[in-house]
Amino acid sequence: MVKDCAVVAIATGIHVQNLRELRDKLAAVPADSIYYHFWGSLLLPRFEEPEFNNDFAAWAYHGLRDPILAERLAMIDPTDFTDMEELRQELLEVVEERLYESEYVPWSKLDQQFHFMRSQIVVFDTHKRITDPKMLSVLVPSLSTGSIFYHFIDARRRSPEGVDDLSAWLSQFGDRYAELIKSIATIDPYFTTLAELRQMLSQLFKTHLEEKGR
Amino acid sequence: MKILALYADVAGRDVIEHLRQLASLLKGMRVIHVNSTRVGGGVAEILEKLVPLMQELEIDTKWELIRGDEEFLECTKGLHNALQGNPKDIPKSLLNVYEKTNAQNAEQLRHELEEADIAFIHDPQPAPLLKFCPNRKGKWIWRCHIDISRPYHPVWRYFRNFVLGYDASIFSLADFAQPLPHPLYVIPPSIDPLSEKNVSLDGGEIESVYEEFGINLELPIILQVSRFDRFKDPLGVIRAHKLAKKFISSLQLVLAGGGATDDPEGEVVLKEVQEAAADDPDIHVLFLPPEADRTINALQRGADIVLQKSIKEGFGLTVTEAMWKGKPVIGGDVGGIRLQVINHHTGVRVSTPEGAALRIRYLLSHQDKLQAMGQKAREFVRENFLITRLLRDHLALMVALIYDVEDRIELD
Repeated sequence: MVKDCAVVAIATGIHVQNLRELRDKLAAVPADSIYYHFWGSLLLPRFEEPEFNNDFAAWAYHGLRDPILAERLAMIDPTDFTDMEELRQELLEVVEERLYESEYVPWSKLDQQFHFMRSQIVVFDTHKRITDPKMLSVLVPSLSTGSIFYHFIDARRRSPEGVDDLSAWLSQFGDRYAELIKSIATIDPYFTTLAELRQMLSQLFKTHLEEKGR
Repeated sequence: MKILALYADVAGRDVIEHLRQLASLLKGMRVIHVNSTRVGGGVAEILEKLVPLMQELEIDTKWELIRGDEEFLECTKGLHNALQGNPKDIPKSLLNVYEKTNAQNAEQLRHELEEADIAFIHDPQPAPLLKFCPNRKGKWIWRCHIDISRPYHPVWRYFRNFVLGYDASIFSLADFAQPLPHPLYVIPPSIDPLSEKNVSLDGGEIESVYEEFGINLELPIILQVSRFDRFKDPLGVIRAHKLAKKFISSLQLVLAGGGATDDPEGEVVLKEVQEAAADDPDIHVLFLPPEADRTINALQRGADIVLQKSIKEGFGLTVTEAMWKGKPVIGGDVGGIRLQVINHHTGVRVSTPEGAALRIRYLLSHQDKLQAMGQKAREFVRENFLITRLLRDHLALMVALIYDVEDRIELD
C-alpha cells in the first residue's frame, strides 16, 4: 500500500535569542515541535543546505556562531531514541553541558532568533498497490516526495525497529533481498533533498532488481 | 489545455498527481477568497492563478472583492503602513469608515461567506468581515501577506481585535508572525513559472530587449531589479560595480525598476542614482513602467549575475525570479534573502559594496562555478518556491482544519 503525505508548518510564537533561553524553551515546547525540527522540516522548503541534520545544530552554527555546540547537536541521531521525550532530554543534556563550559551565554543577532515551529501532517492513501518487489524499480521514480518522506523517513519513527517501510516490506521475503536491504541502509537521508533521495533509491532498485535480475 | 497539465511540464508530473490526491479529500468544498483588488499587487497575482487551479481540482472556489471609497483606501493604506512599523496613528473618523465599509460589504457577501466551508480573508482590508458574519458555518483564515513582525503598537492593538476570532492565520515567514490565539501557519511566497515575468523566452527576444537599451550582451552584465528605494541600496550597487570594474573593465551594470508615482522619496533616490551613474556609460539606469514584466524577464535572462543588495528585505521575490532563470544571486544578508541565497550553493550573501565587488570578480572569473550555482538555484526554486508548492500548502492546511488535525492524521 503506497501512502503519501503533506506537511504544513505552524509557528508556535516561541522564539529565543540565546542559549539559556533555548534550554528553557526546549524543556517546555510541545513534543511535536522537537519532531518538526528533526524530521518535519525535511518535507518543507530546505532553506539551509543540509549541512546539519537538525535545525538546532544549524542555529547553533549560524545564529549563535558556536561550532562546537553545532557539531555536538548535529551528531544526535533521532532514531536512537524511542520517543520525543527521550530525544528532548538528550538535547537538553548537550545544551546544559555547553552552558556549563561557556564563559558567557552565546547570543544571536535580533534578526537571527530561533523560531520554534511545529507541523501538521496529513497522510492519505494513493490507492497504488504493489505485490512484487520487482515493481519497485518502476514505482519509486514516480512517487511524490511526500511518499518518499512517509515511507523512507517518517517510517523510522513509526516502527519499533526504526527501519523504513521499504526495507521492512522486503524483509518479509526472507533472505532474497538481504543485499538490497543492506544497500538501502547505507543511504543517509539527512544530507540530501527528498528529490535526490528518490533518485538514489530509484537507481538502487534499478541496479538490484533489473540489472542483477538479467 | 488544462492549467494543471501546463504546470506538470514545469513542476513535474508527480507534483501534480500529489495535488490531485490531496485535493480529492476536499472535493466539492465551498471555498471563498476575499481581497480588495482584482488587478495589480501581489495578492491579486496569486489569486489569479490559485483560484482557477483550485477550481480545476474540483474545489468549489470563488473570489470576491471588498469595495470602498477614497477614505476607506486612505485608512487601509495607513493600516498597512502602521502594521509594517510606520509609527503613525489613524484618525478615528477614518477607522469608522473602515468598519462601516466592511459592514456594508458584509451585507452583500454574507450569504456566500456564511455558507462557505473555508473563507480566506486576505490582508487587513477585509479582516473585519468576520465580525459581521455571526452565523458562519466554516473555518475562517486570515492570510497576512505583509511583514507585521514589528507593528506600530497602538494600531496593532486596535486591529488585532478583528483577527482574534479567526480559526487560523497564515504568515509568509515565521519572523512575521504575531502571537494570536489560533494556529499561525507559515506558508512562504512563490512565483508563477508561467507568468509573463517568468515564462521562458527565446534568445531573439532577449537580444532585442538588450539592443533596445543599448546594452552589449556579449560583454559581462550584472543586474539589480528593484524599486528605487534606499532599502534596496542602489548606490551601494553602483559602488560595487565601480570597484569590480577596476579588474573587469568591460563590466556593465543594469539597474532596472519602477517606483510609485506618489512616492516622493523614490524620486529623490532615482535622481541620486542617475547622478552617481552619470559619468559611466556602462551603467544603465532603466525606469520601467509596471507592465514591463516581459522586459524584466528578458533582462534577468540576459544577465550573468543578479544582485539584490538590500539592507532590509521582506521575502525578496525578485531573488526567486532570478534564481528560477538559472542565475546565481549576490544578495544582502537580510530577511528572506537568507532563506533563498544559500552561501556558495545558490549564490552569495554580502554585507558591503566591497563584498559584492569581490564576489562579482570571483564568479565572473570562475564561469564553471557561476553556471553550477545557477543550475542549483533553479532547482532550489523548482522544489520550494513555485506556485504549485503554495497550492499544496493551502490544500494541506484546509484538510488539517476541516478534519481538526492536532499534529497528524491518516486518512483512507
